[in-house]
Amino acid sequence: MATYSTNEFKRGLKLMLDGDPYTIVENEFVKPGKGQAFNRVKVRNLKTGRVIERTFKSGESVEAADVMDTDMQYLYNDGEAYHFMHPESFEQIAADASAVGDEAKWLKEQDMCVVTLWNGAPISVTPPNHVILTVVETDPGLRGDTATGGTKPAICDTGAVVQVPLFIEVGDQLKVDTRSGEYISRAKE
Amino acid sequence: MAHGRWRPTAPLHHLQQRARILGRVRAFFAERGVMEVETPMLSTAAITDPHLESFSTRYTGPGHAKGTVLYLHTSPEFPMKRLLAAGSGPIYQLCKVFREGEAGRRHNPEFTLLEWYRPGFDHHALMGEVAALAAPLLGLEDRVVEKLSYREAFLRHAAIDPLEASVAELQACAHALGINGFEGESERDVWLDLILTHVVEPKLGRDGLCFIYDYPASQAALARLSQDNPQVAERFELYYQGVELANGFHELADAGEQCKRFSAELEVRKTLGLESVPLDEHLLSALEAGFPPCAGVALGIDRLVMLALGAESLAEVIAFTIDNC
Repeated sequence: MATYSTNEFKRGLKLMLDGDPYTIVENEFVKPGKGQAFNRVKVRNLKTGRVIERTFKSGESVEAADVMDTDMQYLYNDGEAYHFMHPESFEQIAADASAVGDEAKWLKEQDMCVVTLWNGAPISVTPPNHVILTVVETDPGLRGDTATGGTKPAICDTGAVVQVPLFIEVGDQLKVDTRSGEYISRAKE
Repeated sequence: MAHGRWRPTAPLHHLQQRARILGRVRAFFAERGVMEVETPMLSTAAITDPHLESFSTRYTGPGHAKGTVLYLHTSPEFPMKRLLAAGSGPIYQLCKVFREGEAGRRHNPEFTLLEWYRPGFDHHALMGEVAALAAPLLGLEDRVVEKLSYREAFLRHAAIDPLEASVAELQACAHALGINGFEGESERDVWLDLILTHVVEPKLGRDGLCFIYDYPASQAALARLSQDNPQVAERFELYYQGVELANGFHELADAGEQCKRFSAELEVRKTLGLESVPLDEHLLSALEAGFPPCAGVALGIDRLVMLALGAESLAEVIAFTIDNC
């Protein structure tokens, strides 16, 4: 069993806690004037995304999680699973809806994503920071109105709903930031 | 290539203010007739405290043909006490100290300590002098100085009595306060330290200096036990904005008791699987020769400067930290 000592703790390190894989979000060394030193960490559950606090005695060892981030191309969704392919080995894997979660709305066929594998099985998918989506439904555009700063919702081809400026029309391509869910600009054809 | 890593982690204007603060510290003691001293950073003995780890090195040379293991001090306490026993009168020292394994936002394994001793003072008199030094440096001259016993601090901020509660009660309290893990922990002081660092400390000294005093006897370190209440030791700490700044004692002067505490700590080190270290025989001899009743305190200069400048981490007030030394 691979372990990490608290001295190896840093952001991004993957640990096993209570049977689930976690990643360290924040690590702080604390020590009273005289007495026991602790590592106080914030960790994110890689399956649920929930962030919790945990404290360890400094010097303690913690089981490592066999977690790997892999760049893979999104192929298609067959209604049950999302299929990804390794661009060099052409090896394919299927991630179920619970692994993809809310990120499904950013998945566009051919896009490169980061698939997080735990013991070889996908547990989460991170889409690219920026994706290009096509508007399939929105209120009629106000052509030429680029100044008022108003927004309206637009439904995209992947199902994502993005707040867009009033001049955006059905068929327009949008550049969207997947981390914030915000419209960045119109994409060139 | 780590380009730019040669640069100081602290901006130069912070280092200028740091230099001014050191000047004001020296002026404070000069005015009060406290003598500046320097004692060796190297010692043949090391601290026995199981929660402090000394760096060690080796000296080979005239008189030490086979090489002697020497330890870098974690505080100048023992040689300064030898000076006191030799009749030095009030003394202070500004020096670098070294602690293995301690690094973070508020820790660096090498840091600057201000340590001073006042013959004739008890811990309450010394708290007064610590406040007189620190308040102006932190711009807190007109703020009330808060003084809470360790017990009061726990009752107020964690709603538990640290002296009377059972281990099970401390554990339940810690869990209720959101401290997870440590299921099998049976060591009472670990629970107290968990509650202190996670819950109590962050609330201390929000608006001004806050002293915590009368620590549980199990955490006496080098303080004498209270004559009125042997449950507590005459030890204090200073906090400002949740940061621990200083630790002081009404100093233990009894050589026999000191020897007992050293031996007990060595036993704990053994149980914890830590390296055994040579204890300071010179200190024991000095205490035996006669040690003046006094109080002493160690104050972290880097943290003081950090708080005085409104900085968030020691790296902002130390020229080079362990990450680019």
